[in-house]
Amino acid sequence: MRLWFGKWTSIAKESANRAAIFAKFLCLLHVTNTYIFSPILVYGPSMLPTLNLTGDVVLSEYISHRLGKVGPGDVVLIQSPENPRKIITKRVVAMEGEVVSFLVDPSRSDRSRTVVVPKGHVWIQGDNIYASNDSRNFGPIPYGLIQGKVCCRVWPVDCFGSL
Amino acid sequence: MFSTLLFMDPVLNFTVFQVCIYLELDLVITDMGTQNIIWNVCKKYLTIGLVGITLTDRYAGVCPIRGSSMSPTFNPSLGSFTDDYVFLEKFCLDKYKFSHGDVVIFSSPTNYKERCVKRIVAMEGDYISNVNGASKVPEGHCWVEGDNSASSFDSRSFGPIPIGLIHGRVTHVIWPPQRMRKVDRRIRQDGLAF
Repeated sequence: MRLWFGKWTSIAKESANRAAIFAKFLCLLHVTNTYIFSPILVYGPSMLPTLNLTGDVVLSEYISHRLGKVGPGDVVLIQSPENPRKIITKRVVAMEGEVVSFLVDPSRSDRSRTVVVPKGHVWIQGDNIYASNDSRNFGPIPYGLIQGKVCCRVWPVDCFGSL
Repeated sequence: MFSTLLFMDPVLNFTVFQVCIYLELDLVITDMGTQNIIWNVCKKYLTIGLVGITLTDRYAGVCPIRGSSMSPTFNPSLGSFTDDYVFLEKFCLDKYKFSHGDVVIFSSPTNYKERCVKRIVAMEGDYISNVNGASKVPEGHCWVEGDNSASSFDSRSFGPIPIGLIHGRVTHVIWPPQRMRKVDRRIRQDGLAF
């Protein structure tokens, strides 16, 4: 009876150890995917021809935007201001204080507008201005919505490299 | 040949890569004899740090409140010895479901490094009465105001904020001990037209 009990305690201790190691590994995974870098699958037509329609795997890093080093020309991942559960990929066109001139709806008219980006905000646009829902529709977005900066494309392999 | 070695799912790939790094570190450690103790201490602190960061990011955290824009809910008197410390929960960030009267902490839209604490007064689709008529809170945004309307820099100055800026919901005041209590959802009786 005592032998059986002893075996069970050793099994319980062993499984608790394994569970602790697994939990620590999950924490490492979370920290790396939130603070350092992680691969992201992006798809959609709004960043053609830079990113493919059917889906690319890009490597995005999360250090630059926390240090304030995101600037015009960077492809960034942002939380959509219309739906916080959606993450979209666009390019930063202007930072706070800069003046932006853009075509309001290039597929329908030639009308263009000029806007000054307010403090703490950025102006984002998709590379494919004909099929992109971006700052031309919902206005400049606060810098705090930027989640990460895309640094290079990993998949498909023949398009490997920086964007 | 190369494509058969990789899994199709890049996230699974990356996880396997991290598992290999983790196991390799373990093997390297057991070989070294004399530097074992220092490495063990470092590993323990690193583990505690990682677990702490994960818990504060995903589940709950503690935060000090500065300023009097939420008087009398937080920091009711100017001359108190310590700031109020509050307990905030992050389970609401799973589905971004907030309701009227929640006290939330969010990144300020005018300066991403600052964090502000205010109360949600109106959600998307509600109308807010302004000096120039009533305006509708757009989709994915919310209108926040401080309880102390006289000295609060809130949505009356910078407009509605995207819900994505919110970092957590305040549930309790946990310090100082004489002010420990649950933070209620208080809905204002005036100023809202549905």
